[in-house]
Amino acid sequence: MGKSSSKFLAGPYIVWMVLFTIIPLCMVVYNAFTDSYGAFTMENVSAIFDPVNAKPLWLSFKMSFIVTVACFLIAFPLAMVLWKYSKNRNSFIVMVFILPMWMNFMLRTLAWRLILLNNGFLNHGLEMLGLNHVYLMNTKAAIILGTAYDYFPFMLLPIYNALVKIDKDVINAAKDLGATGFVILKRIILPLSIPGIVSGLTMVFVPSMSEFVIADMLGGGKVYLIGNVIEQAFNSGYADVHLGSGLSLSLMGIIVISMLVYKFFDKGEERSGVW
Amino acid sequence: MVRKIKNVAGKLYLILILLILYLPIALLVISSFNASARNKAIWGGFTVSAYKELVHDETVMGALYTTLMLAGGAAFIATVLGTLVCIGMINMKKISKSFIIGVTQIPLLNSDIVTGIALMLLFTRFVGLSFGTMLIAHITFIIPYVVLSVQPKVLQLNLSTYEAALDLGASQFYAMWKVILPEIMPGILSGFLLAFTMSLDDFSVTYFTKAPGIHTMSTMINAEYRKGIQTEIYALSTIIFAIILFVLFIINRKSEKAAKLEAESEV
Repeated sequence: MGKSSSKFLAGPYIVWMVLFTIIPLCMVVYNAFTDSYGAFTMENVSAIFDPVNAKPLWLSFKMSFIVTVACFLIAFPLAMVLWKYSKNRNSFIVMVFILPMWMNFMLRTLAWRLILLNNGFLNHGLEMLGLNHVYLMNTKAAIILGTAYDYFPFMLLPIYNALVKIDKDVINAAKDLGATGFVILKRIILPLSIPGIVSGLTMVFVPSMSEFVIADMLGGGKVYLIGNVIEQAFNSGYADVHLGSGLSLSLMGIIVISMLVYKFFDKGEERSGVW
Repeated sequence: MVRKIKNVAGKLYLILILLILYLPIALLVISSFNASARNKAIWGGFTVSAYKELVHDETVMGALYTTLMLAGGAAFIATVLGTLVCIGMINMKKISKSFIIGVTQIPLLNSDIVTGIALMLLFTRFVGLSFGTMLIAHITFIIPYVVLSVQPKVLQLNLSTYEAALDLGASQFYAMWKVILPEIMPGILSGFLLAFTMSLDDFSVTYFTKAPGIHTMSTMINAEYRKGIQTEIYALSTIIFAIILFVLFIINRKSEKAAKLEAESEV
């Protein structure tokens, strides 16, 4: 291959990523460590430990943890069933489960608003059955439900993709050697699907950790997450770019640390992407 | 017997999850035809007035237009840049390669909110926000998905055919166009599709980098859902869902055909 010339093809991409990924991140770091006079300060970064910010952060962490675990517990068995019924990852049945993801994210959240509103579909359904109303709107439960619904396909697909790669002969061999279903699940299927599971956990946990618009739509502004705090730092009447950058940087740090904990289990195996 | 129970349980589980996944969408569709204006949970008669109003609603149509232009443009440019870098990486030294792969991971690992904020800081400092900066922002966060889709195909390439083409007198560009490109095409297409979907679906990055007065679907819904144009939004979501179903139907027809061909060729 024409060695010298083909490398130039990477040029535009590298320039692009430096301009629009690395430099912007440097600006976040710069703003995070300076005050409005340009002097160095640690205040914005350490502001995350201030109870005003630490409480929403802890709440975000707890809620995304619940969302991630719930998605996993629902998606793993589903991926197993899908694996059994589908021939390949483009088969119809798999597409049917990806399809809701193609609806706009905000539309999906809006749909849950319709269901959960106090005079919404859920309560009318309960009324018809002669049951009492439930008031889920503007609660943490509503946000957890909406977030889990929105990110569910991001858990399902990587796990399914990992399962498809498992050689069915390995499972047949284990069966021939007398392994029970539970042993096969524990000793073969689970270990081999770890890369997919790790991808799934990451792809659900990271975005739900910094979510703010679902909290707005389903929490009615009553539940305040770290994403809302950061958004307010930039867009409210008391906008403070430096504080906002400091909090974003801290959030980034916390996410990276959580990822490293996950990665510990990943053992550098090949990632299975979304598609 | 046990196996039978397991099979039935599996199927029931599939159906249950499908119901939960599609119920909210079905309710959006039903709501778009509901004449009752105040509460969509009460049936007030069938109407298509929301669809008529939708066509004349400049806010919604404008947002739809912006969303499609943005997603189409961003996905196209991201696909070109992403494909070029994947081809360029073939003969690269390990260090440059790991640099590129590392940089590619940044937008993936960063939460959208941080990507959005970082780009907003850059744009507001130097150029101000416009449709152009929104486009740049979208390209930036969808490029990694293109690279992740195309790179595996490039790694599978058999370079001997490319070298053979060069030996037979093809120019480098011609050989790349005629030999390499067709082989990695499936990866490029799925990368484009994924990038397009991600751009359509985005809220956070757009929210922070959007120019005043320009709305995408997501930011428009965020600005308007408490106000009166809800029913139009439901009508629009019904149309979007119909288009998605149509695409799925075509994909299904095609994959059935492919499966049939495969089965025949095996015989």
